[in-house]
Amino acid sequence: MYLSGAWYSKILTSIADWAKDLYMSFYNAIVPDQRYLAYLQGLKITLLISFFAIILGIMIGVLVAVLKVTATNYRMKWLTSICNVYINVIRGTPLMVQLLIIYNVIFTSRNSNEIVIGAVCFGINSGAYVAEIIRAGIESIDRGQMEAGRSLGMNYIQTMIRIILPQAVRNILPALGNEFIVLIKETSVASIIAVTDLLKAAQYIGSRTWDILPPLIIAGLCYLVIVMGLSRIMSVIERRLAKSDYN
Amino acid sequence: MITTKNLKKAFGNNLVLNGVNETIERGEKVVVIGPSGSGKSTFLRCLNLLEEPTEGEIWFGDENITDEGVDINKIRQKMGMVFQQFNLFPHLSVLENITLAPTQLGIMTKEEANKKAMELLARIGLTEKADAYPNKLSGGQKQRIAIIRALAMNPDVMLFDEPTSALDPEMVGEVLDLMASLADEGMTMVVVTHEMKFAKKVATRVLFMDEGKIVEQNTPDEFFDNPKHPRLQEFLSKIL
Repeated sequence: MYLSGAWYSKILTSIADWAKDLYMSFYNAIVPDQRYLAYLQGLKITLLISFFAIILGIMIGVLVAVLKVTATNYRMKWLTSICNVYINVIRGTPLMVQLLIIYNVIFTSRNSNEIVIGAVCFGINSGAYVAEIIRAGIESIDRGQMEAGRSLGMNYIQTMIRIILPQAVRNILPALGNEFIVLIKETSVASIIAVTDLLKAAQYIGSRTWDILPPLIIAGLCYLVIVMGLSRIMSVIERRLAKSDYN
Repeated sequence: MITTKNLKKAFGNNLVLNGVNETIERGEKVVVIGPSGSGKSTFLRCLNLLEEPTEGEIWFGDENITDEGVDINKIRQKMGMVFQQFNLFPHLSVLENITLAPTQLGIMTKEEANKKAMELLARIGLTEKADAYPNKLSGGQKQRIAIIRALAMNPDVMLFDEPTSALDPEMVGEVLDLMASLADEGMTMVVVTHEMKFAKKVATRVLFMDEGKIVEQNTPDEFFDNPKHPRLQEFLSKIL
């Protein structure tokens, strides 16, 4: 009885030690030298890159999708080819390769801003995926909608903007949300071009504390929170659109 | 008002219109009938260039609209079109459906367009549906709104592409009544339809198309009572 009690208390002590170690390593990863500020700074960079990349991705995506659909409708082979080259090259090569190429070749000037490079690169990358999503959305709209718009005397662009795209966007919202989630997570690749984003900040802290795991877990949790927040926003938008009008 | 000269349209190797020469005068109500695949819908859709003719000319007023460099959007503002499938814009309310084109094209201010839309809605007795979305409407209501959406542009001619074919039988009447009242007001109309009663009652001229050509045309009385072409006789014997 006495013996087994010692065994019991030994376990308890070792669990307490382990918990204390765990607490200390997370404490070290966050508090000393105001390390939490480094995460926040990194988080800010990640959010900035993601935000501008999403904006750029949407602009490129809408443009390429509309151009591609238009080119198909009006049988402009060369324009279709240009769009396809862009989409195929971007989708067919690794993001990290694109990032390094853009970093090393296009923005060669010394004082170029890594955040801008990141946003441009991820925007161009995301544009290809968004373009294909939007194209599918446009093509899901009944032909009669375009004909009705045109028969009223509106031109192709007006009909596209006022009639086709609003309906298309509504259909593709889940797919778009998915693409944005992927994009936000992929911005972690930006750490290879010396951008101090969330992941890079975590790595720096890990190299200071000689304990890499806690910072990585913290960074992972930050991504998780961002993505869950975005999912939430997207589903609110979806629900509002569904409630407000047709169907 | 509309003249087609040797109008031909081919889809691939399939010649759907095989040389149509026709003139539609202002104020005429022309009804086009014919078996399916005869090219009557294609003929109608060529008139406002929803289908681009393979060959031939189309004149609207004194303008050859098949010419390069003609602003077809300007022409289409004067040619209302009503579709078999209504094609209302599902993401816009009834009022927005009607006012979108006039305001977007700068023909009317928002207030003018709204006023006009409400007048037109009052005419068909659907003012209370102004803020409803198309999915809340019956087929007959949708089609009548599609008609006044085209009317809101003050067109010179209205083209109807089988406007009652997608409707429940009990809703056909309300749409045909609206079309008949338009006809009474002197609107120039070209109607592709299978409603023979409507043709008899409203048309000033009936065209019979078969295999991409107009094979017979006449006043409705003569057309139905005294058909001459054997293909038309056969067609009428089957449907009447």
